[in-house]
Amino acid sequence: MNVVTPLRPHTADHDVPAVSIRGLSRRFGDGPRILDRLDLDIREGEFVALLGRSGSGKSTLLRTLAGLDPVTEGSVSRPKDVSVVFQESRLLPWKRVWKNIVLGQPDATREHALRVLEEVGLSHRLDAWPLTLSGGESQRAALARALVREPLFLMLDEPFAALDALTRLRMQTLVSDLWQRHRSAVLLVTHDVDEALLLADRAVVLEEGRISLDLPISLPRPRRHADPQFERLRGTLLRALGVHDN
Amino acid sequence: MSGATLHTQHQPLLRSDSAETDATLPRPNPTRFSLPRWLPSLSRYLSPLIALLTWQAACSFGLLSTRLVASPLQIAHTGWSLLQDGSLMTNLEVSLLRAASGLSLALLAGTILALISGLSKLGEDIVDAPLQILRTLPVLALVPLFILWFGIGEAPKILLVALGSTFPVYLNLHKGIRSIDPKLLEMARTLRLSRLQTIRDVILPGALPDLLVGIRFAVGISWLMLVVAEQVNADNGIGHMMMDAQDFLRTDIIFVGLAVYGLFGLVSDQFVRFLEHRALIWQPAQRQGGRT
Ligand SMILES: Nc1ncnc2c1ncn2[C@@H]1O[C@H](COP(=O)(O)OP(=O)(O)OP(=O)(O)O)[C@@H](O)[C@H]1O
Ligand SMILES: [Mg+2]
Repeated sequence: MNVVTPLRPHTADHDVPAVSIRGLSRRFGDGPRILDRLDLDIREGEFVALLGRSGSGKSTLLRTLAGLDPVTEGSVSRPKDVSVVFQESRLLPWKRVWKNIVLGQPDATREHALRVLEEVGLSHRLDAWPLTLSGGESQRAALARALVREPLFLMLDEPFAALDALTRLRMQTLVSDLWQRHRSAVLLVTHDVDEALLLADRAVVLEEGRISLDLPISLPRPRRHADPQFERLRGTLLRALGVHDN
Repeated sequence: MSGATLHTQHQPLLRSDSAETDATLPRPNPTRFSLPRWLPSLSRYLSPLIALLTWQAACSFGLLSTRLVASPLQIAHTGWSLLQDGSLMTNLEVSLLRAASGLSLALLAGTILALISGLSKLGEDIVDAPLQILRTLPVLALVPLFILWFGIGEAPKILLVALGSTFPVYLNLHKGIRSIDPKLLEMARTLRLSRLQTIRDVILPGALPDLLVGIRFAVGISWLMLVVAEQVNADNGIGHMMMDAQDFLRTDIIFVGLAVYGLFGLVSDQFVRFLEHRALIWQPAQRQGGRT
């Protein structure tokens, strides 16, 4: 397995959905439906940002896609090879960083770990104990662990939410670079409208259990905040989220 | 993340930490009479030493009847001769073997039981309740029953040790397994680890700090059980040596036995600490405390 070469050539067939969700509903006990007959497609190699108010069910959707929660109503089809990165790195504190990276990958060696750690700029911490990593380093290690599996579909649940603004900017650039190289389908859950606009091909807003807005972002990359188009999309997204800026 | 809970739940670390700050911080009052750097460690042994000297003096001047309490010198002398004729070593070996066999059994049984009850609700229903009830029973009360069941060979002694020390292993490991960060278990699922891999790489290492605390208790209890087992019925072992001495009013031999027990307790505790040190090296606090 070679981590550095792209998973799919850039000329991948973008019309084939990698992930397809149809009529997905989810409720906890007798509570209201958190997801209500939700439909969503993500094409191969597409970067989708998922926004929505707190408690709107973003994590619930992601957990279902990750196979952590059962599908009780509706259908979900997704590639077998998926990876998830959560807000916390969830590294095993008792395994050195590189052992964490190759965990559950019987064929992966220290070399593989080194190569992905190089990609996320963490090769010097190969043998470190996870509890000695900074917040940003932990998240990079978590990203490396996701990448080493060469997922066709990568899920990120607010992976930078706990980082400081500067580190977050660096991480956004890193994710953007990694995605350009690997071209897996990505679903990024975020609260940050700018983050969505910087990274995603498409931003979707989850509201009352459904996708209330599906907004293609066709800005050229790399993207700039100063772009008037950027400002316009930003306003659209914020309005969809119920925030009105004048 | 989980780190914070992981190293606060482990008490011994805190202790070794504070011991270190004590040693490195300058004395708050510079005018106070200060001992040379190496003396503080000696001063810890000062009061036991004085007690020992007082004891010796009391025996030498006839304040204490040597029939009831042997003098330290007498005890040292007896200890030496017991070493010389090999009887101390033979008895010690027998006792150590019993303790070690019992402990190994306890470790095995405690771990298996804790895994069963820690990993499934059904397992907990089946295993936990009976063990909690058994736990309240004073295990030593089972001695007569064990002798009836298993005779007077090695079996009742080893089993008594095993039974007594299974509980701390089980209870602590069970608690450790239950308190593993569910997020890590979720991660194991998203990484598609098999059940066995999850146990080996996530559950057992995560519960290891608690398991080690349990082992420390278990070592203490194993010795306690052994003392009783060997004093009630045995024809060798340290406990037997002491019971024999009682018949001949040899308090010196009894004290040698006590000293051996004490020494064993100390050594085994140090050994478990050493294990903790090695096994928990990933905890930042553990590495800092490592210099003491
Ligand atoms: N295991 C559960 N049991 C009961 N209710 C749950 C459970 N998990 C989530 N919920 C509820 O489902 C709703 C959606 O939760 P979810 O975590 O998906 O929100 P979210 O969009 O990710 O929010 P945030 O942006 O704050 O992370 C919330 O109201 C939450 O209370
Ligand atoms: Mg969430």
